[in-house]
Amino acid sequence: MKAGVVIVLGALALAAVRETPAQDGSLNLPKSVAAGSAFSIPTSGSGKAALYIIGLGQVLKRYVQLGETVYFPEGSLHDAGSYVVILAPAGAGASAAETDAFDVTPVPTPARLSFLAKPSRLPVSLHDGITGAAYVFDAYGNLIVTPMPVSFQLSGPSGSTQKSDAVTKAGAAWVEMDSTGKQGIDQFVVSAGGISSTRVIRQVPGDPCTLKMSAQASGQKLQLKTDPVLDCSGNAVLDGTIVTFSEAYDGGQSTVDVPLKHGIAAVSIPAHHGATLSVACGIVLGNQIRWEQ
Amino acid sequence: MKRGTLLAFFFGTVTVAVVIIGTLWPVPAARAYAGEESLIESSSTPEAAVRNLGEEIRTHDWQKAYASLANRAQLTEFEFEHDVTGYDVGLRTYSSLDHYEISPLHASDNDATLQFTLYWSTVVGPQPDTRTLHLLRVGNDWEVEWPVSERPIVPPQVIPVEYLRWDVINRGPGDDWGVQDVDAPSVRIVDMHPVQRADGVFVLGELLNQDVVPAYVSVTATLQRQDGSAIATEDAFDRISHILLPKQVTPFLIEFPDASLASVRSIRMEPFSTLVSASADPVIEIDNQHFNAGPEASLTGELINESGQVVNVPEVLGTLYDQSGQLVWVVDQYVDHALPPQTPVAFKIPIPEDLARKVSSERLIVATYSFGGYL
Repeated sequence: MKAGVVIVLGALALAAVRETPAQDGSLNLPKSVAAGSAFSIPTSGSGKAALYIIGLGQVLKRYVQLGETVYFPEGSLHDAGSYVVILAPAGAGASAAETDAFDVTPVPTPARLSFLAKPSRLPVSLHDGITGAAYVFDAYGNLIVTPMPVSFQLSGPSGSTQKSDAVTKAGAAWVEMDSTGKQGIDQFVVSAGGISSTRVIRQVPGDPCTLKMSAQASGQKLQLKTDPVLDCSGNAVLDGTIVTFSEAYDGGQSTVDVPLKHGIAAVSIPAHHGATLSVACGIVLGNQIRWEQ
Repeated sequence: MKRGTLLAFFFGTVTVAVVIIGTLWPVPAARAYAGEESLIESSSTPEAAVRNLGEEIRTHDWQKAYASLANRAQLTEFEFEHDVTGYDVGLRTYSSLDHYEISPLHASDNDATLQFTLYWSTVVGPQPDTRTLHLLRVGNDWEVEWPVSERPIVPPQVIPVEYLRWDVINRGPGDDWGVQDVDAPSVRIVDMHPVQRADGVFVLGELLNQDVVPAYVSVTATLQRQDGSAIATEDAFDRISHILLPKQVTPFLIEFPDASLASVRSIRMEPFSTLVSASADPVIEIDNQHFNAGPEASLTGELINESGQVVNVPEVLGTLYDQSGQLVWVVDQYVDHALPPQTPVAFKIPIPEDLARKVSSERLIVATYSFGGYL
């Protein structure tokens, strides 16, 4: 919408310029201006004119006295990009409009980092499992496209730290990192030019490495209980993970899905002589017990 | 007058006439449904006595229904009503009696036995409830002896439950671009098998939540022709457990009515998952699980709610495998009674006869819903 308005205004300005009678007037533009900074445009000639500065996101219009310098205070132009300048002398017999262009460049000091860290959750000990991409912006939200050093740091709950430095290309820098062997909440920090941004990466245990249960008679029932369920890195599999106990006996079966609580799963099921008891968690099978009592 | 106007006038007149006739001289069934009069007849035969009981149950006239029983000394009206409708809030609570069937089993001059099947309309489809009724002749009438089912009483006790639940804080609309959201749970289809049946193509499979957080899951399948164009897209609506706890596996069945497997070149499967707040409880034990082969094959068993709260709507999902471990079929059955704590509740899932012959093993899970949620 905004861009459309700008284009229409630009077209109207150009149309007005074509119809204006010719009068002397010229521009002496800077090659580039940092976003948000003050700048000036000297003019030459005599008489009055309208000065248009037209960019993709912004249009400025000033009535100027030709031959004087036009001053623009700080913050006048804040969107980086290429701007067209049109000087349209006014009045009868004015000369043709003069057009020129200059660039507004991002402020080279970072003010904000956009940090995309993926995934938010991943298993431990995964090579190149974590990716971080940082985009560096100035105070006006312009992407700073000049190369800039960026530092990435992944800190685990045990104090282990992975560091990686990169230089932005076209405003972006990215890294890949390994998840550590220990579960927990990692802080993933990116910093550039004195500012930083933090994301949280949760490293979670993998599938159970071994699943072992024991059975104990308790009246007419069997008390089934797993040993603490650990992954292959020795991390406790998270509570809430479903463990399935099954009991197959002559002509029948009992099944119960139990969530891990405090690292173990326990359940009480009816005892059947000669029953085969088994345990599984996801696609991991545990031991079997034949109950002969 | 135009022909269309004449036709409209004719139909309007006929409609008004029919409404007037129906209001002034309604049929007995309409009167009964309007509550003006009932379809109750004389209980001069065992069938008539049971029909009367069925009508009274249908109209929720518990007082009359109870008064017609022969064994009132053995149960109170409250017990009779809740034996029919359930003691706790469940599917049956919000259902209505659609119709009933009566099958005579035995009859003599003074007593008779009938099978009385009540078909309840529930939100998940019809639920039959079969009772075997004994009737006694009292004078010229017959009276029903309602089969008294003992309601198991759980002794007063405290069941310690360590609640484990997951809450989710998602990315908000005001968050800046680049603020990461939490990832959706990682789920995987571990088995998939299309089956051609007389009524269409069925895609069966199993879905594993391989993540460490609970997931709301669904599976969409698209049948594709030789040229890659889509024949139809359907998703697993009912025959899937939509809430999967970490490392839990659910079967799924997707139905493509009237489709033919011969015209299908490939099937595109799209598992869907999203984070959801969930509780690790209740734990439901499936006990005495039996596969009953034969002409009326079924899976039977009992559900035992190991927790201390009532589970209002349980659904049993069964995965059937052949000898080689290949998926044969997925069955499901809602239990229209709530599961009280520590109390076995029986279930029976019918299995198509032709498929039952292939079944070698089965795996059951229970999906549950509790009013008010498990907090």
